[in-house]
Amino acid sequence: MTFKHAKLLLLAALLLSLLISLFAGRINSYVLFVLYAIGINIILAVSLNLINGYTGQFSLGHAGFMAVGGYTAAVITNQFGDLNAFAAGALFFGALLAGGLLAAVTGLLVGLPTLRLRGDYLAIVTLGFGEIIRVIFQNMNAVGAARGLSVMHGYTNFFWTFGTAAVTVYVVTALVHSTYGRGFIAVRDDEVAAEAMGINTTKYKVTAFVVGAFFAGMAGGLYAHSIQFLTPSGFNFMQSIAIVVMVILGGMGNTPGVIIAAILLTLLPEGLRWLAGIPSLPGIAKAYPFAWVGNTRMIIYSLLLIGLMLTRPQGLFTWKRRPILPA
Amino acid sequence: MLELRNLTASYGAITALHGISLSVPPGRIVTLIGANGAGKTTTLKAISGLLRARRGEILYDGKNIAGLPTHQIVKLGLSHVPEGRMIFVNLTVMENLQMGAYLQKDRQAIQRELDYVFATFPRLQERRQQIAGTLSGGEQQMLAIGRALMSKPKFLMLDEPSLGLAPLLVKTIFEKIIEINRQQGITILLVEQNANLALEVSHSGYVLETGKITLQGDSAALRRNPQVRSAYLGG
Repeated sequence: MTFKHAKLLLLAALLLSLLISLFAGRINSYVLFVLYAIGINIILAVSLNLINGYTGQFSLGHAGFMAVGGYTAAVITNQFGDLNAFAAGALFFGALLAGGLLAAVTGLLVGLPTLRLRGDYLAIVTLGFGEIIRVIFQNMNAVGAARGLSVMHGYTNFFWTFGTAAVTVYVVTALVHSTYGRGFIAVRDDEVAAEAMGINTTKYKVTAFVVGAFFAGMAGGLYAHSIQFLTPSGFNFMQSIAIVVMVILGGMGNTPGVIIAAILLTLLPEGLRWLAGIPSLPGIAKAYPFAWVGNTRMIIYSLLLIGLMLTRPQGLFTWKRRPILPA
Repeated sequence: MLELRNLTASYGAITALHGISLSVPPGRIVTLIGANGAGKTTTLKAISGLLRARRGEILYDGKNIAGLPTHQIVKLGLSHVPEGRMIFVNLTVMENLQMGAYLQKDRQAIQRELDYVFATFPRLQERRQQIAGTLSGGEQQMLAIGRALMSKPKFLMLDEPSLGLAPLLVKTIFEKIIEINRQQGITILLVEQNANLALEVSHSGYVLETGKITLQGDSAALRRNPQVRSAYLGG
């Protein structure tokens, strides 16, 4: 795929999402909510894939960046009352960008001192960072602390969600496929050798971190204006893990695979919702009045994940590393 | 061309180099031999900045480069082929070579280097679209050397190029090393466990023992030295 085609695809995706968003009124609101969740998860997973998959830096703090972006965008739009469609769009775009930028700055601040660490150590530090962000929001009265923050406007729509997702995919793909971008893969394959080639490995790692954090922040803003209520616990460790799972399941450094995994893993818990109904059937509820039955859905979900990891550790959608072309 | 003065380097609390001094004149092949853990790799790492020198000077063309980050040292024309063929296994042969020319912006110059690398290692040209991780050990070593040549170095450091290779391949690799030195005039600092071979191809050598230089001199003289013969050349 050449660069030119990628640009055309991006344009097509943007137009298509705009077109669909015009007809969104006819779509069931639950379906629409799940679709937004899919788009948001694609943004999160593809941006994390740049850090974890392509650059090989195991980060467990993506929910933290998402929280920064989400709260920032929400606080901005909450300052305004009802606006006309055009002004609302401009405001929302600005708020999303602001959230992304603040998340990127956070990424830079966290990345500079920590990216000298490798593997497990980096994972632990980023995990700690994510929790720190969450605890900060939990104690920040201006954004409702543990009570949560109501987001007044449900600005998230099909266009913004999938438009941002398309831009994320485009930026990550263009970045990795450029001559400059091979540096990311070089850093992942062998940091010492990359350094010996004259690659400034720290710069690459920080770049991946900052770009990844930026899009996670945008995703946070979209999430905030879709669910319209933010609680710090929504950005806990489990949320970070959920994004990591999408990346691993899709295949590290395999963008199409990661997109499919993000879609599947968003749909799977939804598709299993009927399981939660079991204990409410009168006979069963009497026989098994245990609290955990209500969570059957998540147990099955976890079992499915374990099964998938056992059978396809290289990622669901990774068959070959890359095609080997004839010489 | 390169001169070490009283170089001390350590891993945390453990000192690996106790103030070594050596000099590599331009256009020469100089070898550093010694047993496992003598500090050979550490010396190369300290020169290329992968490990920061504690004390001492690293003079490259008269300029002290100790303390510079690696990517700036590479810019000065100093290229390091790390031990164990650290190639980028997920990139193709071609992409690996292009990574080697990472700091080169002139496309024509890159093409010239590429032509030279392919002429030196025709096998790499045959396999240029192959994923580097699927190459054989010898081909990976060729790729590692070829990749280093892509940066058009004036000074090349090779760490154990014979490691894990079949004897016939070792011979080929060493012939290429001599060729690179003669044809391109690239100065080479060679670290090698195979002392016999290393002293055969080099002009002069240094013997390193537990972080100190114990012997030095002309390679031919070192080969005749009874101490070297009993310790490294097998009698």
